Amino acid sequence: MASPANTIRQWLDERFPLDDIKALAQKKKVPVHRYSYWYFLGGMTLFLFGVQVLTGALLLMYYRPGADEAFESVQFIMTQVQFGWLIRSVHSWSANLLVFMAFAHLFSVLFLKSYRKPRELTWVSGVLLLFLMLGFGFSGYLLPWNTLSYFATKVGTEIPAQIPIIGRPVLLFLRGGEDITGSTLTRLYGFHVAILPAVATLLIGVHLALIQWFGMSVPPGVEAEWQARPEGKREIRFFPNFVLRELMAWYVALGLLGALAALFPWSLGVKADPFASAPAGIKPEWYFLSMFQTLKLIPAKLLGMDGEMLGILAFGVIGGAALLLPFLDREKPFNTRRWIPGLACVFLGYMTVMTVYGWVAK
Amino acid sequence: MSTASGVNATAPQSAPANLPRRRFVNILLGTGLLASAASFLYPILRYLVPPKLPDLGGDAVLAARVPEMKPNTAKTFRFGTRPGLLVQTASGEYRAMSATCTHLGCTVQYRPDLREIWCACHNGMYDLNGRNISGPPPRPLEAFEVQVRGDDIFVRRKQEA
Amino acid sequence: MAALLVCSGLMAFAQTKNSCLDCHSNLPEPLGVSAETYSQNIHAQKGLTCAACHGGDASTDDPEKAMSRAAGWKGKIERKQVPELCASCHADAERMKKYNPSLRVDQFQQYKTSVHGMKWAKGDSKVAVCTDCHGVHDLRAPSDPRSTVHPTNIATTCSHCHADAEYMKPYGIKTDQFANYEQSVHHDAMVVRGDLSAPTCTTCHGNHGATPPGVANVTAVCSNCHVFQAQLFATSPHKDAFAALGLPGCVTCHSNHAIKHPTDEMIGTGPKAVCTNCHTAGDAGATQAEAMHNQLTELAAAIAASDELLGRAERQGMEVSQAKLQAAQAREALLKARVTVHAFRDSELKRDTDAGLAVTRQTHAAGEKAMEEWKFRRVGLGLSVVAIAIALVGLGLYVRNLEQQ
Repeated sequence: MASPANTIRQWLDERFPLDDIKALAQKKKVPVHRYSYWYFLGGMTLFLFGVQVLTGALLLMYYRPGADEAFESVQFIMTQVQFGWLIRSVHSWSANLLVFMAFAHLFSVLFLKSYRKPRELTWVSGVLLLFLMLGFGFSGYLLPWNTLSYFATKVGTEIPAQIPIIGRPVLLFLRGGEDITGSTLTRLYGFHVAILPAVATLLIGVHLALIQWFGMSVPPGVEAEWQARPEGKREIRFFPNFVLRELMAWYVALGLLGALAALFPWSLGVKADPFASAPAGIKPEWYFLSMFQTLKLIPAKLLGMDGEMLGILAFGVIGGAALLLPFLDREKPFNTRRWIPGLACVFLGYMTVMTVYGWVAK
Repeated sequence: MSTASGVNATAPQSAPANLPRRRFVNILLGTGLLASAASFLYPILRYLVPPKLPDLGGDAVLAARVPEMKPNTAKTFRFGTRPGLLVQTASGEYRAMSATCTHLGCTVQYRPDLREIWCACHNGMYDLNGRNISGPPPRPLEAFEVQVRGDDIFVRRKQEA
Repeated sequence: MAALLVCSGLMAFAQTKNSCLDCHSNLPEPLGVSAETYSQNIHAQKGLTCAACHGGDASTDDPEKAMSRAAGWKGKIERKQVPELCASCHADAERMKKYNPSLRVDQFQQYKTSVHGMKWAKGDSKVAVCTDCHGVHDLRAPSDPRSTVHPTNIATTCSHCHADAEYMKPYGIKTDQFANYEQSVHHDAMVVRGDLSAPTCTTCHGNHGATPPGVANVTAVCSNCHVFQAQLFATSPHKDAFAALGLPGCVTCHSNHAIKHPTDEMIGTGPKAVCTNCHTAGDAGATQAEAMHNQLTELAAAIAASDELLGRAERQGMEVSQAKLQAAQAREALLKARVTVHAFRDSELKRDTDAGLAVTRQTHAAGEKAMEEWKFRRVGLGLSVVAIAIALVGLGLYVRNLEQQ
């Protein structure tokens, strides 16, 4: 009766509401229907974020920011540190999968209309998280300080500089000066390892708390079916049934990451040389390619406005619309039920085409 | 998920015959979890072990220590992926330069008798500033910057003005 | 600041009145000299006018006065007058000091000792005089890359006459020197690698005192740069043998103008070997040559094999920079060995090649180790995939059990 384990358990119970947390976890149910698979994406994104935190923390043990040291230290990690190649390659691969998963999660939620009342804030926090992930990608890309990342950052920071009035201050803020230098590197490093993780952790906390609070959303179609036929309604417990399944998915992801890292190690490239001319065919990471390609294709003058300006404006509008989507979706007075998924489809198609075009274009 | 057989429905208590099966599953799961955890933790632990080789990071390389150098001697050190040559002149000054001959890439050496730098492959000669003065070398040796901090002699690439 | 001084200096010179160009810049060839052409001339830049060579008075606008015999006008300068005319300044140390104190003043003296100069003295007007090489109205300083006597242009300049079979006919000498030189390692060094210290015609043949080097001093010419090879050759059995046969040194094997980049095939008894020109298979010399050839090719092959292995390991993402650094020593040993060949003793060569082979053994081992590490990574991946698969199956069965209850 007074076994040590029980004593500890009791001691903890009095000081930590473990049972309440357990009750909350057990209370949560996951609806089972033909779209249930999409529920995995959020958890997968969270898992990949966890992988990023772990591998990122490990990389910090050897990485040194600074124009003189960054490339050398990454080279050191890749070549001298045991399994450094694995940690860095996993970090790079996982970052890409993470952005992909975040996008997939966003579109699945969009098409299943899970952002409906009362989950508007869950959606908003999620879109903000996606923006943060893109920020992670952008800031992390420069850290190895190789030619490709150097020039991609140069081009990338010039885009917001096109915005009137605030453009230049934004450029100076991002670059920490007129040019891409060591101070840009330390600046983006600060964003990548301190500011963005702090904000992301907070937002993820809010996002998860909201999900836990409101439970899983059931798509409108399924909901209607269940209302018509309550005996068809099915649920499984979140813990352990759903969590174990999610765990299986995570295992698959881990195996995939390991295989990618071992078979296709992320290359290091050549050290950035600010005095060299930009190599031909500089491209950003794939998740920025559609924007990059749009700006490239847009005519210099459009509707009497600077084309590039217009493009940036359009990205702003799309980003804003994505953020505020739940508030745009009203059954009355417009029939938004159809045009939101339709527009999303068009947008998804456009992004895909532009990304592929940007990929193959010289 | 589609196979989920409804947890709400209370299934009949499993027959005792299922017991060995369940034990097998538990063993399998335990083995799998342990083995996979080991395969994740092993690289991480190894990663945290400091590597044997000295850190290449930074742009300055510790070329030598003051006590090991004597006037009118030289030492070859590793500068990135190529050798470098640190010379202490007869007057005690330190000079450092790339030790790769600009002719065909042999490693040059200091000749205390001539007080010049000499490439053994084709008898190329450089002065102590790295300028090619005789023989086949077409270009001077790249000169590096020397900094003495305490007892350590550091060599770094010359900074662009 | 210095540039500014030079510029203002040039402007001051440019203001020296040179009325000749007023008319001659508008005349057709051969009387025409454009102001632009003349402004490139080193003499114009030093403030000299046409009158410095052609006489007359360049300061007057009256053509009659300017080109009057009274003013010392000479008109067209005959070819045979050129060397003496140039020498009237260039052999005058006092006068040259004003313009370029470091310039030598013995060119004319030298010229008179050269074949060109000796034939010129005998009245041959076809041989090269100063202006044939240096140019006339657009004469530039030799340091100017556009100058006809800039190192990169010298061979072409010589070839204007020496590659012209028709022109050279009366002298009965070959005209293939330039074509041969163009294939040579020296031309390659000069033109492709941009090494201005690489030899061109004048490096061996001299410039103003151009004399064809006698058979005895060819090795001396080569050894100016190729010191080691010459020293080793002097100790080799070939030195006396060549002397006895009346063969020149270096050029016997390497030829003269078409000095190709030497290969390891040159030594030995193979089809490209030069040894078989004198030695017959089986004799002591041929055996030695064969042995030396094998030593060189063995080391070269070992280096290539180790490089290939290290390159493969590097492409797989393995760290081999230390081994690659070491491999440079093996290449160095091979370079040295290729010099040591000139002693023509296989025992001496073996010392160098053995040193190289010892290095390649180490680099090769490092490469193999890297490849093993690469295989280990794959095995590690396989093992972790197996572990993941077991965990997956376990999880799947566990969930099923859970839900069957």
